[in-house]
Amino acid sequence: MATQSSRSAARLMMAPAVILLLGWMLAPLITTLYFSFRRYLPLRGGDQGWVGFENYTRFIGSSAFWPSVQTTLIIVGGVLVITVLLGIVLALLLDQPMWGQGIVRILVIAPFFVMPTVSALVWKNMFMDPVNGLFAHLWKFFGATPVEWLSQASLQSIVMIVSWQWLPFATLILLTAVQSLDGEQLEAAEMDGAPFIKRFWYIVLPHLGRAITIVILIQTIFLLSIFAEIFVTTGGAFGTRTLTYLIFQRVLESQNIGLGSAGGVYAIILANIVAIFLMRIVGKNLDN
Amino acid sequence: MGRITLNKVTKSFGETQVIPPLDLTIEDGEFTVFVGPSGCGKSTLLRLIAGLEDITTGHIDIDGMDATAVPPAKRGLAMVFQSYALYPHMSVRKNIAFPLRMAKMDQVEIDRRVDNAASVLNLADYIDRRPGQLSGGQRQRVAIGRAIVREPAAFLFDEPLSNLDAALRVGMRLEISELHKRLETTMIYVTHDQVEAMTMADKIVVLRAGHIEQVGSPLELYKAPRNLFVAGFIGSPKMNFVEGAEAAKYDAHTVGVRPEHIAISGTEGAWKGRVGVSEHLGSDTFFHVHDTGLAETLTVRADGEVSFKHGDTVYLTPREDVVHRFDAQGLRIG
Ligand SMILES: Nc1ncnc2c1ncn2[C@@H]1O[C@H](COP(=O)(O)OP(=O)(O)OP(=O)(O)O)[C@@H](O)[C@H]1O
Ligand SMILES: [Mg+2]
Repeated sequence: MATQSSRSAARLMMAPAVILLLGWMLAPLITTLYFSFRRYLPLRGGDQGWVGFENYTRFIGSSAFWPSVQTTLIIVGGVLVITVLLGIVLALLLDQPMWGQGIVRILVIAPFFVMPTVSALVWKNMFMDPVNGLFAHLWKFFGATPVEWLSQASLQSIVMIVSWQWLPFATLILLTAVQSLDGEQLEAAEMDGAPFIKRFWYIVLPHLGRAITIVILIQTIFLLSIFAEIFVTTGGAFGTRTLTYLIFQRVLESQNIGLGSAGGVYAIILANIVAIFLMRIVGKNLDN
Repeated sequence: MGRITLNKVTKSFGETQVIPPLDLTIEDGEFTVFVGPSGCGKSTLLRLIAGLEDITTGHIDIDGMDATAVPPAKRGLAMVFQSYALYPHMSVRKNIAFPLRMAKMDQVEIDRRVDNAASVLNLADYIDRRPGQLSGGQRQRVAIGRAIVREPAAFLFDEPLSNLDAALRVGMRLEISELHKRLETTMIYVTHDQVEAMTMADKIVVLRAGHIEQVGSPLELYKAPRNLFVAGFIGSPKMNFVEGAEAAKYDAHTVGVRPEHIAISGTEGAWKGRVGVSEHLGSDTFFHVHDTGLAETLTVRADGEVSFKHGDTVYLTPREDVVHRFDAQGLRIG
């Protein structure tokens, strides 16, 4: 790809893909922007023309806005912390030679293949149900009063469910990184007198830096928009209304497309702030 | 400081025994080289001494103390790996300081030792670079630096030069020998390059399939190889072996003559043959002589001036006083 002609040929051949992708991304973005400046109530008079920034001020002025941003950030942050920490532990464990390694690895990856709606339903009905759930039985077995998970510890429950779904992803990426670590480096560190903890801290963790960055960035993108887990379990009640969920309510429950679109634009801004923030903190790992 | 004794040491990986019972003593301050063909167990033996592998049976003493169950960090040995095994995210300074930091040495002493090692190994200019920004030879020196700052009882090298180009290899060979002369610390050096073995070693240990075939100084091994394997392994080009009637004249099953101990002439000599390929190195010329009726090829070293053409008839004469004789079991006679 060095010569002038090969470069322009490459550009020409990439053009269709780039144009398609641009259209793909731009079309919804432009429609959202368009509607966000209009008063559009499908069941109450339809599209009623331009309203300037009214939708934006109303969306941000609503008492539900800031709590929803906070909820979003708590869920994303909580899930990231849990999946990265447990992912590292699991990756280290799975890297050990053991009997039935293949099967164990498949089992660990399995949750990733369960659809979010299904897994949320399973958690809600089989584990967290205060009467018939497994947790309730466990609590009763030890003589404790069963916790009403989805109302008393709603945010924690959702973090738990989503972490369960994303842990396999984190584990898988981190496992490949652990496996690519040169064994001689660990042996050298061992001879240099580093006990297990220090070997982990000085050799393994820096080696995992890049993989952790990737896990965090990819997960953040998907976690900012989680929806099914909330819809199925709490329906946005008990302080689990994220920004995505708030937009959903504005559009479908209040039937206000203009307001929802303005929320969508805020969501894009929030996502970009989070992304830039993360890039700053962890992105420097990608440089070296 | 640095006397290592192996006592009936064996090593098995699962069912396969890689090292059969083996006894070996490495004296303090000695430069010992393990040589042998690929897969003979050199690295395994070194890793057993280092403590990176558990020995199956037997025991290892370091300075008279049983070290069999001592973890690698506590044995006071430093190892230089074939891949260098530098820590990629640390600067050269941090790499070299790593073992000292792990030993919780105070910072002033760490700096003194690191600066000292860096100047000894000419690393001062690269001290703040990462390993990825260094050449192969420089990385090699960092790995050695990381080993010397610990002032270990012995150094273990596993084919440290095999990733370097020929010129650099000669240079590093000299540097390591120089280092050994200066530090007078025990060094165990694994290689399959017999030139490295001959030039660096005080003592060479020739291994085959985990067995020690012979232990001795380079010249002992060159002058009096104990069996056919050592005779063929030490010396370059390889010793010529002749069997049959010609060997019987010497009362032996096999006789071995080194290429440098055969005189070549166009007119007269003991064995008649035809010149095949000749390799002109400038200082020397190696002739591969065929159709002697003794062996498929006899290799002969002659002076760089001597020249025969492909297909010329030549006569070869072995130097009687340096003919090596071996019996039917391949063991040396006399
Ligand atoms: N972890 C292991 N598990 C099973 N067999 C092994 C293991 N490590 C080494 N071996 C076997 O032990 C024998 C000796 O290996 P070793 O690495 O010591 O050879 P080497 O002399 O260093 O060879 P080379 O010159 O190619 O490095 C080989 O046959 C090898 O297949
Ligand atoms: Mg080896």
